[in-house]
Amino acid sequence: MKYTVMVNEGPYQHQSADSALQFVRAALAKGHEIFRVFFYHDGVNNGTRLAVPPKDDRLLQQEWSDLAKEHDLDLVICIAAAQRRGLMDADEAKRQGLDADNIIEGFRISGLGQLIEGSIQSDRTIVFGD
Amino acid sequence: MAMLHIVNKSPFERNAFKSCLDHAVAGDSILMIEDAAVGAVDGTVFADDLKAAMTDKSVYVLGGDLAARGMSEDRMIDGIKVVDYAGFVDLTADNDKTQSWV
Amino acid sequence: MATKKFMYVNRKAPYGTVYALESLEVVLIAAAFEQDVSLAFIDDGVYQIAKGQNTDGIGMKNFSATYNALGDYEINKLYVEKESLEERGLTEDDLMPIMWEDEDDDWAEKPSIRIVSRAEMANVLADQDVHYSF
Repeated sequence: MKYTVMVNEGPYQHQSADSALQFVRAALAKGHEIFRVFFYHDGVNNGTRLAVPPKDDRLLQQEWSDLAKEHDLDLVICIAAAQRRGLMDADEAKRQGLDADNIIEGFRISGLGQLIEGSIQSDRTIVFGD
Repeated sequence: MAMLHIVNKSPFERNAFKSCLDHAVAGDSILMIEDAAVGAVDGTVFADDLKAAMTDKSVYVLGGDLAARGMSEDRMIDGIKVVDYAGFVDLTADNDKTQSWV
Repeated sequence: MATKKFMYVNRKAPYGTVYALESLEVVLIAAAFEQDVSLAFIDDGVYQIAKGQNTDGIGMKNFSATYNALGDYEINKLYVEKESLEERGLTEDDLMPIMWEDEDDDWAEKPSIRIVSRAEMANVLADQDVHYSF
């Protein structure tokens, strides 16, 4: 079965970011296809490469990034939500005249249309949020 | 066209769980995850509401979330089924669609 | 592309959190995909379309007028739950008169808001393919 997963909360603040990651792992383990994971609202913070949690804690952003690499996942950060919250890839930072970018490998920034298209293409849409 | 309702709020803090019960229809399934897992415990002020829903709906709880909150499975309302993340995935596949009561 | 029924479930008041605003942003994008779009206003979600919103005192942008523009995007199914209104001491008169123009009926102005009972809302939700919750 083909899934689009929507993640609406940031890492560490709300368990839904963890739940989404666990769900995606379990779905992949069962042989399902994750068509897209779309990060919206504070969920865009799952895609920063500048997080440094305490050593004994999980590193959610890195776990998403590793999972994306392993399974060729399409992890999409909503551009409108990202701009509000200071998440930038190199192209967007340049376009906005900013001096830094902070997206971790495996994520890409794109528009809300990617969410709608994902839900059209997928058999199921699962929302994780607060 | 059965629906899986995913609830992640404690019924003691917000009305999302109550609202879910008010809008689920016969034949639907309800899965408690995150803080909603505490709703599975029997003998609470919420238990009767959930038992009423269980007459024509299936109710599940994510075992990891229940355990994380220090609630053992033997305190659960009879009839609630415990699932892991693999079981969560199965529920989303077995139902035609899902709604999250965030 | 196949047409699916998309439901936007709104259960939170505006301004206290960003969900109402960013939900609306998705709805506006969704219009371009020619899908069957509906919005549900349940619980505190009914405050999103309350009339007379004035944000002068909180330093935030008042985005309530955007709901009136939904008709221009052919989004005209705004289901509002009667019990949610009543529990909050509200009636339909407390809501913005959100309208759309019916192209097939000589551009007659028609209300987009459909007041439904809780039981009817349950059936409306059950009839959808994709549920986005905000």
